[in-house]
Amino acid sequence: MTKRIDFAAMVLPMMGIGVMLLIWTMISTTIAKDLPSPLKTWEESKLYILNPFFKDGEMNQGIGRFAFLSLIRVAKGFLLAIIIGTPVGFLLGLSGVFHRTFDPVIQILRPISPLAWLPLGLVIFRQSEPAAIFTIATCAMWPTVINTAVGVRSISPEYLNVGKVLKLSRLKTLRRIIIPGSLPYVFTGYRLSLGLAWLVIVASEMLTGAPGVGGFLWQEYNSLVYSHILLSIITIGLIGFGLDRLMGVVERRFKTA
Amino acid sequence: MAYLEIRGVDKSFERAQRAAARSSGRLPVLRDINLAIDENEFVCIVGRSGSGKTTLISLIAGLLKPDRGEILLEDKAIDGPGPDRGVVFQNYSLLPWMNVFENVYLAVDAVAPDLAVSEKRERAEHYIRLVNLGAAMKKVPRELSGGMRQRVAVARGLAMDPKVLLMDEPFSALDALTRGTLQEELGRIWMETRKTVVMITNDIDEAILLADSIYTLTSGPGATLGPAVRVETAHPRSRAELNREASYQRVRRETVSILSRAGKITTADSTAQRQGILVN
Repeated sequence: MTKRIDFAAMVLPMMGIGVMLLIWTMISTTIAKDLPSPLKTWEESKLYILNPFFKDGEMNQGIGRFAFLSLIRVAKGFLLAIIIGTPVGFLLGLSGVFHRTFDPVIQILRPISPLAWLPLGLVIFRQSEPAAIFTIATCAMWPTVINTAVGVRSISPEYLNVGKVLKLSRLKTLRRIIIPGSLPYVFTGYRLSLGLAWLVIVASEMLTGAPGVGGFLWQEYNSLVYSHILLSIITIGLIGFGLDRLMGVVERRFKTA
Repeated sequence: MAYLEIRGVDKSFERAQRAAARSSGRLPVLRDINLAIDENEFVCIVGRSGSGKTTLISLIAGLLKPDRGEILLEDKAIDGPGPDRGVVFQNYSLLPWMNVFENVYLAVDAVAPDLAVSEKRERAEHYIRLVNLGAAMKKVPRELSGGMRQRVAVARGLAMDPKVLLMDEPFSALDALTRGTLQEELGRIWMETRKTVVMITNDIDEAILLADSIYTLTSGPGATLGPAVRVETAHPRSRAELNREASYQRVRRETVSILSRAGKITTADSTAQRQGILVN
């Protein structure tokens, strides 16, 4: 019994990866001759993977170092996003007036691409680093805002009735009922926001040329080292996957009912 | 003067949109409800599903406002919910992010914020032990059975030390055995606390076991209260004893007859009637 579960859990994902590698190899040997094969990519990326933390100049560092720089940037943008997004979400959920006033603005700002925000950030801050963080925060904020608002509005009236019968003050109702009641939604928002923040990092680093996985990707494209594009892509994917899993664990911890 | 008094209360709800197009106006749920309850009295209100029982308890709790008439507690009109009327909700309504102790403590803290923390803790623990959950203080609702959750809800209601304890079909979601145990336990707890209780139920036997007076609610829409049936048997009562008593049979017959007369006035559909209390 356990053997079959192990088989399903371990071998099937490996097979999936194998199929992807096969398709990649086929494409690189047939239609796209410029695309390095998996083997060539490994050969040319070995140095960056096996010594992930070497540093030989600003734009020539181990992949671990680049990933770290990107993660720091994402962490800053993400923190800014949830610091602003959470209270805004609570206000949206709690106040009908606030909701009617700002919901249209939010719905308009929400679909704007990071590629559009970044130049605006550069105009406002005149420096690439704050502009990148501004872009990440602005793009990543919306899932937190919207999920928090939904969470507040979907608190069961039963729980609110308990607060009413006990005549809890507004502050106590917020602290004892509304905040804990909406936490599962809030953390779903955080998980989606973190995913978006990581999605935006590449765009913002490509445009600002900041050292990081995205910046490295763009630089290596310009230097015609195509295997490093693939190295960056795989790194981005793996880290994104890891972040999502991590937030998933945190999210589950706050599931109550 | 009655302790809790309901005078000529009407309550109707806005019809659902599609129904409103066909027949304009509002859907009457309760009409001309009059009730007078004495201090320390245990009153049961029995009625079929959908007859507006929960609406009635919500009105007394102040969670709903009557369209007409008024509700007085100690001669003061009720205006909104308040801790002088503790509520034990049908679906327990425990806060799932708090453990048993915290759920009860929240109530104690809300009604007696000026007590010392140690006294508040003691009071919360006292009521949790009263419902026999002393061993489950640190458990969260998710880890408790339905019966245990309802005990916590009862403890929370009592810990508020309300003037009136309102109970909305507190045991209806429980299996028959657990329900029987909790009913007898509630009888014992009531003997100890002598609270004024208004309990809504669809179980006549439950009402006879616990109540001093039983009122029947006719079937909705526009339900109203029938005459009171007094249960004179001394507390504490046990089910075995009641079965042997002649007065039990008389009370049961009276209540059933009031209810079945009430059923004839209205056109409640037959499924609702079959699922109604007469089967019990």
